[in-house]
Amino acid sequence: MSYLTDLLKIFIASMVVNNIILMQFLGLCSYIGLTDNMSASIGMGYAVTFVTVLAAAVTWIIDHWILIPFNLQPFLEIVSFILVIGSLVSLVEIYLKKMSPNLYKAMGIYLPLIATNCLILGVTFVISMHKLDFIQALVEAIGTALGYFMAMLILAGIRERLRDSELPEFFQGKAIAYIVSGIAALAFMGFQGMIK
Amino acid sequence: MKDKLKIIWNGIVPSNPVLILAIGLCSVVAVTNFVKNALLMSFAFSFVLILSEVIVSSIRKWIPDEIRVPIFVVVIATFTTIAALLSHAYFPSVYDAIKLYILLVVVNCIIIGRAEAFAYKNGVFDSLLDGIGMSLGYSWVIITIAIIRELFGNGTIANIRVMPHIYQPALIMVLPPAGFLVLGVLVGWLEWSLKRKKEAKK
Repeated sequence: MSYLTDLLKIFIASMVVNNIILMQFLGLCSYIGLTDNMSASIGMGYAVTFVTVLAAAVTWIIDHWILIPFNLQPFLEIVSFILVIGSLVSLVEIYLKKMSPNLYKAMGIYLPLIATNCLILGVTFVISMHKLDFIQALVEAIGTALGYFMAMLILAGIRERLRDSELPEFFQGKAIAYIVSGIAALAFMGFQGMIK
Repeated sequence: MKDKLKIIWNGIVPSNPVLILAIGLCSVVAVTNFVKNALLMSFAFSFVLILSEVIVSSIRKWIPDEIRVPIFVVVIATFTTIAALLSHAYFPSVYDAIKLYILLVVVNCIIIGRAEAFAYKNGVFDSLLDGIGMSLGYSWVIITIAIIRELFGNGTIANIRVMPHIYQPALIMVLPPAGFLVLGVLVGWLEWSLKRKKEAKK
């Protein structure tokens, strides 16, 4: 039972308390770049969720079955993780193209963007830094990805409204997106201290 | 000579990676709460960017076109590992605070972008200059943001007290959200001043 509450804690912590975008600032390129379009943010959200969970599972196995037993972790971790994630993303892309064209149409164009998204790699590093076990790693990955999805939806919604409002000329576009996300991050700080 | 200087200048203002191109933002917002974090981050970033541009441009004739991105990534990852191990050895306390962001230099869009857009097409010396210019452009932005945030949030610059003791620090400035706020204001200010310059020329 306490294991289950642990999992719940990890889920909430990774999704809201340490929200990957608003509190840890990973994956900002796609966050600022794609959120002026609602449907693009949704597609990217699905693609990120899918790849993050897959990547977390695969890199956990590599970390615990290959790197740690052979004492390679300190200097091979970065290289092996980035290569595995890169090739994983291309494999998924090829597979989706062949097996389910509909799904590919929905999130295919975002997949190449993900290969070098710091969010995916960041989650795998966090997992290896906190020494989570396999189930916890998966839960952390799902929570983080949902947190990303949520932040994307929040900013995309706000930016849609901003388009109709009168802003000072120089703050239109990116500048106001930064400031809005600053305020959103301020709101998210309210969750701090929820999990000890 | 002049066009060599122009390569460096290009990275500092006209196509500044952070303010104008808006890429590689993760570390910019995250590590700028204290000047010492920003300094270590600029060191790691410049180390990786300059050396990987030099290596990529010196092997560019042997790289097959189809698999160039994985090769860039391996080169960058190697230097990131070196930078992470160096910072761990010499600045352990700062490294512990920003460990994640130093490891994530490997997927920094600026570095992959410069390897692809510049080093892959230009000679070794030009790539070295481009690396220096881009690193300076990145470093001045993050150190400026860090100075602003630490000054208002803590009353100090690089742990040296500048504000009088009576000053009440605005804690918000060293907390995460202020990174976005300061960056937003800085981008708006830059756009304003660039536009004013253009109008003055007319």
